[in-house]
Amino acid sequence: MSESLISARGLTKKFGDLVAVDGIDFDVSKGESFGLLGPNGAGKSTVMRMIGATSQRDAGVLTILGKDPDKHGPQIRAHLGVVPQQDNLDTELSVVENLYIYGRYFGLPRAFVKSKVEELVAFAQLEEKRNAKVQSLSGGMKRRLTIARALVSEPEILMLDEPTTGLDPQARHILWDRLFRLKEQGVTLVITTHFMDEAEQLCDRLIVMDKGKIMAEGSPSSLIKDYSTKEVLEVRFGSDRNQEVADSLRAMCQRIEELPDRFLMYTEDGESLLEKIYASGLHPKTSLVRRSSLEDVFLRLTGRTLIE
Amino acid sequence: MFIPMAVAIAEARMGKRGERFYSGRVPQLLERGFIVFRSSTWMIVLSGFVEPVLYLLSFGYGIGMLLPTIESGGESIKYAVFIAPALLATSAMNGAIYDSTMNVFFKLTHDRIYHGMLATSMGPLDVALGEIGWALLRGFSYASAFMVVVIPLGLIPSIWGILAIPAAVLIAFGFASCGMAITSYMKSFQQLEIVNMLLLPMFLFSGSFFPLSVFPQWLQFIANLLPLTHAINLVRGLCLGNINMALAGHAMYFVIMIICGLFFTTKRLNALFMK
Amino acid sequence: MSMTTIRQGSAQLVNSEKVRLRGALYVAEARIRSMMKWIWLIIGIAIANPVLYLISVGIGLGGLIDESVGVAGVDGVKYLTFLAPALLAQAAIQGALEETVYPTIEGFKWNRTFFSMNSTPLSGVQISIGVFLAAFFRTVYTVLFYFGVMWAFGALDSPAAWLAIPTAILAGTAFGALMQALAARLENENIFFVVLGRFIMMPLFLFSGTFFPLTSMPFFLQWIGWISPLWHATELGRYLTYGHAISPLMLWVHFLLLVSMLVVGLYLSARLFTKRLAK
Repeated sequence: MSESLISARGLTKKFGDLVAVDGIDFDVSKGESFGLLGPNGAGKSTVMRMIGATSQRDAGVLTILGKDPDKHGPQIRAHLGVVPQQDNLDTELSVVENLYIYGRYFGLPRAFVKSKVEELVAFAQLEEKRNAKVQSLSGGMKRRLTIARALVSEPEILMLDEPTTGLDPQARHILWDRLFRLKEQGVTLVITTHFMDEAEQLCDRLIVMDKGKIMAEGSPSSLIKDYSTKEVLEVRFGSDRNQEVADSLRAMCQRIEELPDRFLMYTEDGESLLEKIYASGLHPKTSLVRRSSLEDVFLRLTGRTLIE
Repeated sequence: MFIPMAVAIAEARMGKRGERFYSGRVPQLLERGFIVFRSSTWMIVLSGFVEPVLYLLSFGYGIGMLLPTIESGGESIKYAVFIAPALLATSAMNGAIYDSTMNVFFKLTHDRIYHGMLATSMGPLDVALGEIGWALLRGFSYASAFMVVVIPLGLIPSIWGILAIPAAVLIAFGFASCGMAITSYMKSFQQLEIVNMLLLPMFLFSGSFFPLSVFPQWLQFIANLLPLTHAINLVRGLCLGNINMALAGHAMYFVIMIICGLFFTTKRLNALFMK
Repeated sequence: MSMTTIRQGSAQLVNSEKVRLRGALYVAEARIRSMMKWIWLIIGIAIANPVLYLISVGIGLGGLIDESVGVAGVDGVKYLTFLAPALLAQAAIQGALEETVYPTIEGFKWNRTFFSMNSTPLSGVQISIGVFLAAFFRTVYTVLFYFGVMWAFGALDSPAAWLAIPTAILAGTAFGALMQALAARLENENIFFVVLGRFIMMPLFLFSGTFFPLTSMPFFLQWIGWISPLWHATELGRYLTYGHAISPLMLWVHFLLLVSMLVVGLYLSARLFTKRLAK
């Protein structure tokens, strides 16, 4: 077993009557890429803030690199690079100034920060924008800058709260590439996301959270294997007819999920199931056979889709 | 084992008093202030210096034509001599209030800059002291620059007047720490506007342009509760050389403001960011 | 449920002819509605502002000045009477300014409502006029409250004093229209507010003969008054409220300058609104 960097036992956080995080246990080991998956309000960001020593737990034990965040906040934060859900770049400063001053906030010497800034501008692919004010950057550039900023103190753990929400596909792929490089360099990543493809791309291991609790834990492929079938057939009959055909479809497949606009049918062989539907005289307006994903795992575990 | 530099720096502070709240990073926050000043806010800072000079020119000259001398502290002085210290105190207040209200509010709620700062190994007291420290630097430069204008004009009769500069810093400190405390509790921009609207009556009823003795007793009593009244009395006493125990009382008023302001600011920032 | 029930034939209800004629009024209505959320605050300021100024500067400082100048008075009258019409015009200008500059920047930049208005049949010219009309409304009642307070303080010495109401409104709206045009071009509002507050409004307030006759300023500073709508409105106000001596020619000059500022402001603002919306 490799060295455990973060360890939580019975970790609990309440906001008034709301139990945001409800007694969860998990460990993150060195060099691992660890994901927290769940819908909005599942408690992911609260867990992130407790690890980041900017939120105090109400019960349980939490240790980060052997330290208690309630007692040694500044020392723990010195190990972390934090990429928040909502960009909080310094809008009064330029790209390089943002990186520079952030390094200074850690108390790092000027000369060290200056050389580090050059490295990070290249890492974030912002050479042409180096002297631009933050406001003029695109969403993807801002995210890259925020990640670069989090790296200025050479952290061992990088915390990313929904790193690609709101980005276009191209910007997401650039960002994934950058994160993958960090992983190769041995940086431990802690990522929250509600994008299944992102979790599958980036995470070695993940926990699925809902309403403050852990629903399942494992690698993306093992979770899919344990909680879903090989393929999924999606069929639509139009909003008027879905009700009429529901019973006939249920007879054809062991597990079926009824969404407001379509049916998800879980099967080992999607094509042959579709043929069966046509053979029974039903004609879906649209149909799609796809590989099973974490989205399906989540649906199975909670009975809800992730993005509603 | 390899320890990153940031960690070594943070661990060196382990065991110090208040280590959870304060990491000794005020210089770094002032450094940020200088970078921003150089690139964008110099105009705002400059305008704060222009303000008292314009008032002095307008009131000192124009009203001075209608009211050449005024009674203050039992002697008759030129009108411009009477208002110059008040304008110095008021500009110290205005600069500190701007830095600690509007400026802080946008960083707090709109741009969430403090959230970013507090994800580093700094604590909330670093942030509070950094912002206030910048307001003090501004207060100091306004006061010094104003003195450079008014001393050659012969508007500061006493040598004690030089102490008006540290007094202006004290005043800026008081207003900045209270301003920041109030701002940290504000939910909307409109609430903040209301706070700023209270500055006008304070300006009008703090004895800047005429002695408060022209007012009835009850109004004088209210005016004497206002912080600006104490600021003006302190600076005016020093500039005119009327040194007495009352000045210590005025200074105490600001010491108390500073303590209360810092206490509530740290408490609130801690609640906002460390809850 | 079938999709067809969602459409209720709203296309037939949209009367584009009516929008063409009354569009500006719709925009003004929207502005005034959002103003109404703060109505008590706005009324509070409209009353508190003159009361505080008249007590502090008018009576407090004025008492000392009246003693100092003796029977000659300031321009022949008590300082309070001298000061009041200037403050009236200043209040009009301040009210109009707030109701033109902030909504304009808000509409173009902060929440971009002008762009969504413009995607309806409303035109840039109508949006510009609508914002102006709302500001006009605010200016009118600010001036009315102020005038009421002046009357209560006994600062009106002439039966024609009420005519200072329209001249103050004229000055306020003229300045408001000019500033609305300026705000329509604005990209960086942070610096602008400081420049506006400290380098435009403050010198206008301090050097327009507000607190003392403009002629008592050194000659090299008097030009600020000449270009200031505040000075022109103040001169007219003083003539109307207590019979300040002024030649008929100058009366016309003051009046026509304010009118031309208003016309130019409205024209520029309509043009710049259209231009920015099309960008």
